[in-house]
Order: sequence, then C-alpha cells, then structure tokens
Amino acid sequence: MTAASAPPRLTHGRRRESFNPVLRAEWIKFRTVRGWVIGLIVAAVLCVTFTFLTANGTHEGSCTGPSPSQTTCQAGHPFVPTGPDGEAVADSYYFVDQPLTGNGTITAQVTSLTGVTSTQPVNVAPSLADTHPGLATWAKAGILLTPSTKQGSAYAAVMATGSHGVRWQYDYTHDSAGLPGSTSVASPRWLRLTRTGHTLSGYDSTDGTSWTAIGTTHLTELPSTVAVGLFVTSPVSFQGSNGSATRATATFDQVSIRGAGASKAWHGLSIGTDPQDFYPTLGSGSYHRSGGAFVVSGSGDIAPGVGEGLLGADTAGSTLLLGLIVGLIVMIVVATMFITTEYRRGLIRTTFAATPNRRRVLAAKAIVIGAVAFVTAALSAAVAVPLGEHKLNANGNYVFPVSTFTELRIIAGSAALVAVTAIAVLALGTIMRKSAGAVTGGIVIFVLPYIIGSAISGSAEQWLLRLTPAAGFAVLGVLPRSPQVSYPYTLGNGYYPLGPWAGLAVLCVYAALALGVAAFLMRRRDA
Amino acid sequence: MTDAVRAEWSKLRTLASTGWLLVGTVILTVGISVAVAAAVHVTSGSGQDPTKLSLTGIYLGQTVVAVLAVLAISEEYGTGMIRATLCAMPRRLVLLVAKATNVAGLAFVAGLVAVAGCLLAGRLMLPTDGLNPDHGYALVSIGHGPTLRAAIGSVVYLVLIALLSLGVATAMRDTAVSIGVVLGLLYLPSILAQAVTDPLRRHLQQIAPMTAGLAIQATTNLRSLPISPWAGIGVLAAWAMASLLVGGLLLRLRDA
Repeated sequence: MTAASAPPRLTHGRRRESFNPVLRAEWIKFRTVRGWVIGLIVAAVLCVTFTFLTANGTHEGSCTGPSPSQTTCQAGHPFVPTGPDGEAVADSYYFVDQPLTGNGTITAQVTSLTGVTSTQPVNVAPSLADTHPGLATWAKAGILLTPSTKQGSAYAAVMATGSHGVRWQYDYTHDSAGLPGSTSVASPRWLRLTRTGHTLSGYDSTDGTSWTAIGTTHLTELPSTVAVGLFVTSPVSFQGSNGSATRATATFDQVSIRGAGASKAWHGLSIGTDPQDFYPTLGSGSYHRSGGAFVVSGSGDIAPGVGEGLLGADTAGSTLLLGLIVGLIVMIVVATMFITTEYRRGLIRTTFAATPNRRRVLAAKAIVIGAVAFVTAALSAAVAVPLGEHKLNANGNYVFPVSTFTELRIIAGSAALVAVTAIAVLALGTIMRKSAGAVTGGIVIFVLPYIIGSAISGSAEQWLLRLTPAAGFAVLGVLPRSPQVSYPYTLGNGYYPLGPWAGLAVLCVYAALALGVAAFLMRRRDA
Repeated sequence: MTDAVRAEWSKLRTLASTGWLLVGTVILTVGISVAVAAAVHVTSGSGQDPTKLSLTGIYLGQTVVAVLAVLAISEEYGTGMIRATLCAMPRRLVLLVAKATNVAGLAFVAGLVAVAGCLLAGRLMLPTDGLNPDHGYALVSIGHGPTLRAAIGSVVYLVLIALLSLGVATAMRDTAVSIGVVLGLLYLPSILAQAVTDPLRRHLQQIAPMTAGLAIQATTNLRSLPISPWAGIGVLAAWAMASLLVGGLLLRLRDA
C-alpha cells in the first residue's frame, strides 16, 4: 500500500533511554573514590584475619576426673564416628548378637523397658551410683542387623522406645513409626526383623501372631554373613540446656532366630562406650539370661550426631561468623557513604540533572553496591573458610564434616548476606541523607540484633533470630536437626531457628522495605 | 580556655541535632530497660542481678552518646567549619579539650537522667516479674552500696564512651568511618570472646572497652566477673585517654 512511501517518524525525546549509562556512571563513581576501594580491601582483610584469629584461639581438649576440681585435661578431640553417607553419627549401644548367614528371621518379645538418669551433668564422668529412675524418651531396645559392629556402619533395626512407640530405623537418619504407646509387662511389644537377600523388613505385633509391617529397606553391599541380635541404648536426656547420661534396661522374652547359620550361641558386646568415644554414656552396658529371657542394659545412642554441646564441634560457619560481622560493619560504612556523600557534597543534584528518573539512580546504585559487596564477601569467605578449617584441625578441634556443596552454600550465603545488607543500608542512607544516622542505624538494625541474640537465651533469642535482620545469619548454620534426637536446638548449641534461605529471605524483606521507602522519598523530596 | 569552652558550647547548643540526640539517649536507654524489665520472668530462685537488669538500656543508649560525640568534630570536617574554628582558636589542643569538656558534660547530664529512669523502671517493674523480696531479691535502691556504685559507674561509663568517640572522630575525621570504628570497637570484642576459649576469652573481656567498662553494673556474683568493677572503668578510661591522645596528636600534626 502506501506504507513504503510514508516519511519516517521522528522518535527523539520519546524513546526509552538505556539503563546502562546510569549503571556505568555509578560504577565509575564507586571505583574512582579511593577511600571506598580501600574500604573494600580493609573489609576483606579484616574478615580473613578475624576468621583466622577465631580458629587460632579455639583449642579443644578432653577433661576427665571424678569432680570439676580434680580433672585432668589433654589436647585433642574424642572420636566421632562417620555414618554411611559421610555424616557425623552417634553409635554407642550394648549388643547381644550372633552371626547369621543368608536369609533369616529374628523375633523377640520386649516385656519391659526401664531406665535411670545420671544426677551429674555430662561434663562430669557419670557413675552408676549417682542416678535416679527415669527413662529417656528416645531410649531404644530391640532387634538390630548390621554387617559390622564397627562404629558408623550401616544397620537396620526395629525397636521399642521410651515414649515414641515402636520404630523402624536404618542408617541413622531414616525413621518410621509402628505401634504407639509404652512397653510394659501388661502391654508387651513383639518385634521381628527379616532378611531376604538385600531386603530387610521390620514388623511389630501386640500378640505375636498377627504382624504389621513397619518398614523395609534395601541395604546394598550387605555381605552374606551379618551380625543380628538384641540391642539396648539410651541417649543423653536434657533438662533445659543441661544434659545427663542415661541407661536403659530391657527384658527380651521368647527370643527365636530362624536361618541357615543360626547357632544359638549369643555373645554380648558394648560398642562406642570407651573413654575416647564422644557420646556420653552411663556405664558400658551388660546382659544376663534369666530363665528363657535376656535382660540387657545399655547406654548411648544410634542416631545422627547433633549439637556443639555434645560433639564439641566447630563448623565452617562458626569460625567465619566474627570475620563476617567485622566485614559487614566496614561494608555498612562504605554503602552509607556511597549515597550520603552525594548529599553532603551536593553532587546528588548533578546526578539527578543527568538522570531525571530518580528510581533509576537508586536502582543503579543498589546494583553497584550489591555486586561490589557480593564479590568482596565471596572472595573473603572463599579464603577464610578453608583457612579457618585448616587452623581448627591443626589445633586438634573436631570440625563437623560438611559436603563441598554445603561449604559453597556458606560462602555464597555469606556473600548474599553482605550484599543484601549493603543494599538495605544504601536505602537507609537515602532515607536519612546523613551518614551519622545511616551508619548507626545500619549497625544497630543489621548487626546488633545478632550480638544481643547470641548473648541471651530462651524464647527471646529465638524470636530475635526469626524476626529481625539477624535471621540472615542462618546462612552460616550447618548442623542438621533430627527429630530422632531430643536436644536443645538453640543458638548456643549452633542451631539457627530458621533455615539458611528462609533466614536470608527475612533479611531480603527488610531490604525491600527500605528500598521501597527510599524510592518513594527520593521522588517526593527535593534533593 | 573558658572562652574556648564557651565557644564550643554555643556551637553544640545551637545545633538542633544535639537536643534530639540527648533526648534520644534517654528515651532509648530507658525504653530498652523498660522492655527488658517487662520481658524478664524469674522461675528459679537465684542468679539474677536486678540492678544490672535495670541498667540494660545502657548497652544500646551508648550508641547515641557515641554519635553525639563523633558529630561534635566530624561534622566540622564535613562542612569545612573546622577551618573557621581553627582560625578563631589556633591552639588545637585547647580546642580538643574544650570539645571534650562539652561532650563529657552533655553525656553526663543525659546519663544521669537515663540512669535515674532505668533504676526507677527497675524498682517499679521488676518486683512484678518475680524479682521481689519473696524470692530473695532486694528492691532496686540507691541506698544499697553496690547499686549506687553501679548507677554512678554507668553515668561515668557514658561520659568515657563519649570521650572515646570524640578521640576516634578527631583521628578519623569522617562521620561514617568514625561511627563504624567506635561501634565496632564496642560490640565486636564480645562476639570474639564468645568464639575463643579461655584464657584468651577472659583476657579479651578484661581489655575490651565495653565488657570491661560494663563490669561496673554488676552488684551480685562479683567473683565471676572477668575484671573488678572500678578496674573495668579504669580500662575504659585508659581507652578514652589513649584515643584522645592519638586524636590530639593527629589534630596537631595534620593540616585541617
């Protein structure tokens, strides 16, 4: 039609301008102020230095003795077994076993499960003389099958517990529930474990005739001859933050074993109860036959290893903490000055004259400071974390084992924490326009809640780390929680109330809020 | 000297921010103490220190005092006013002493009001939380020797924090950097102390300005303190003197 001959439209003054020059301008502003670049270097150096100082000042030793005044201490950490997936585990129990070749079934009736609790805290060597009656909620008594009685080896077990009913558990982390209720002479629990090739199954029953399957698993690399038998264990019981070792005693009746290699020759063995083992136990366990029944006593736990309190563990995250906070404070100062200096010098008017769309200026500044903070923090953490771990190991400390992925998550998470905080403080500087208010506000809002939270305890600490920007520090958390372990999961023991990404999300909400208010005020106020 | 003090007083007095910061110090300090007194619940019979609990607000209130002291000199550098000031008062150490006198005086007044408010809040609120004579706790009262010492000491603590901040700001000149340094110096050693093991932890608590200085607030269980109350104030005073000395030296040696 006539389109080909239509004159070209003039588009000047209407076309959307590119964002890149604004971004570039802000980057050049940042890069060319020597003090700010020095600030980044100072932040990185301080982060690495303080991480090193923390790791260097942490020495672990084990102390034993009859009372706190008569202890002898030596350097080095107790032995912590490693489970099939490379995780730290507790593996201490008393085992009455015999070898079983090929397929087989073992059945037993648990007619009683009772316990005693030490009246001494865990850091004093417990003695059977100082106890009071009390069964730990996760005391376990049942049938266990394992290729090896070495600590940390694979296993499957069906068991009666103190107050969690009958459970089917295997390889430390897996757990499923069977019959509820406690075990007594009036209401005994029948347990059965079968092996068919590589498949292991657990059953429970109240009468020994009608059985219910609770769980099943395939343990690969199961040799033809395995150890099967009766086990009893009883974990540290916590009253508040004070733990006490416990010991459980169970009576097994009607024990029968069917299978090719069954010899009926039982022998008792206590596993993981030596002084060098980390898990606090009350005695090393024992068994005796009483008529046709087995009476077995044991102490310890077969479960994931948790908690700095028990493991005495330092983690990749815990050494980085101080360095991260120091670096964060420096970054808060730099991020504040990135905007307040413009107001102080009047440069902001030139900036707005060049880019009348003020939200773009704020966006460009946020991107520049966020990226600069992220890169600086990531580089510092990437140096500091391995350095801290190396120093901790050299000082004889137990470092909680984490995967490379988790280590990368700590580094990336810390970098994100610093970047988001820097952006939030930039917004705060935009709102306040004065460096005094913005720096003080930045430190009080983003750093102080964590420092206060780590100094107090109880529900106030938990809420402080959920609701304030301190939630972001959860990126440093690496210790796993386990529903199978009754333990005070508090900050003092290395647990953050929120997961790493949830904690970071809380911080992001604060940053978004600050950016929103800053963008609004920047538009509404004269510069 | 009197002229210098009066000149600095006029400058501080006529700034709107000075009044707000003083009011802020009192409100923040008393507010935090009231919040803590409202939140605390006592279940077990011992281990709490009612006086120390009442004075918790100082922990946060000191930030405002620090900001006030930093601004007293850093804003002069920020605006270029320092050149006019030095023109009128060429003896630089006299200038610093005049500023220190004013800042210390303001911190003293704000501290006195804040501490009085904190103790009043503790006296009125803590008994309802279980910290009462029925549970073996005496009421907070300045008639009680250690409480009086904690109260006077807390005011002195704020004055020394102000002097420390002034010295840092004189050396650093920039508002943001000075506040970052002061707050870092105050709060960081307490986390470092948590991260390391004894005896390094104890030494750190003995030499860090805040942990040493705040030992003055304890009225019970004095044996478990890392440093005795007045020795702790002495440590903080040494920090304040050292920072003023370095600040004064740099003020003398550098061009403004």
